Amino acid sequence: MSEANNNVRLVMDQLPGDDIQGRSPLHHADLATVAAQGSQEGGVTIQHHPLVGLLTLRCNAGDADQMAAASKLLGVELHCQPLTSSAGEGVAVRWMSPDEWLISVDGAKAFDLETAFHNDMPGHYALVNVGGGLTVLEVSGEHAVDVMMKTAPVDFHLNTFPVGKVVSTVFAKSSATIRRLADDRFELVIRRSFADYLWLWLQDASREYGLVVRT
Amino acid sequence: MLHIFCPHCAEYREEEEFHAKGQAHIPRPLDPEALSDKEWGEYLYFRKNPRGIHHELWVHAAGCRKFFNMTRDTVTYEIHETYKIGEKPTVTAQS
Ligand SMILES: [Zn+2]
Repeated sequence: MSEANNNVRLVMDQLPGDDIQGRSPLHHADLATVAAQGSQEGGVTIQHHPLVGLLTLRCNAGDADQMAAASKLLGVELHCQPLTSSAGEGVAVRWMSPDEWLISVDGAKAFDLETAFHNDMPGHYALVNVGGGLTVLEVSGEHAVDVMMKTAPVDFHLNTFPVGKVVSTVFAKSSATIRRLADDRFELVIRRSFADYLWLWLQDASREYGLVVRT
Repeated sequence: MLHIFCPHCAEYREEEEFHAKGQAHIPRPLDPEALSDKEWGEYLYFRKNPRGIHHELWVHAAGCRKFFNMTRDTVTYEIHETYKIGEKPTVTAQS
């Protein structure tokens, strides 16, 4: 067997074939119907982004070659600065810890990225598809900050939590990786098994401001 | 509620994001086979319980998930410093 074939075999495509339909952990909630029948105006908007491609990258932040290669493969800068993120066309990278980043891409592109890393990333590293264990929610609107403040014990003031900052923290009784997308927009990467619980929590916490569900 | 500075995230976070992991700076014996049962037992099970300055191991469980050390006063609960694994504390019971 050629070396190229060996390389490809080491990376596994986690998407099922066309005959099997992928289902988000909130499939049962039928959010399309909730969005259509629910309120169209309110202080908080919640949106679910199903089946996003999520990958955990672990490598050596002190290795300039590795950092440069990873940045090139991702198309955005891989930052060593704690609690930062970088985003580009169809890709976002979140600092998770001094040697760990969480990458999001289109669900169908995760395997391509893994393969590209396998071919071109130098040194000792790990890139693992964690999309099956996580899912993505977005909380936005005039009162989005109020909902976040109820739910997580971090300071959401713009001075300490500027746009682009990433924080992993306790969220309700679960956990979340929170990224500020705009003054009034937050992205939550949460555990798949807690998706239903957190959805209900956010629904309840948003009620007093008026909740809009968007798909 | 303690307000703890994570040396990896480089900011203060609430105590509920962390777990305490007991006494810090316990080196694993280089040659365990050479130890007596008493010495091995003391390494495994016996910990200091000082009144005052204590060096502790903590983990930022809900955050960056990294371990770090803390110098804390067990009487006042004051946290004097947090520092990365491999670094030496600047505040000690002697100083
Ligand atoms: Zn931390």
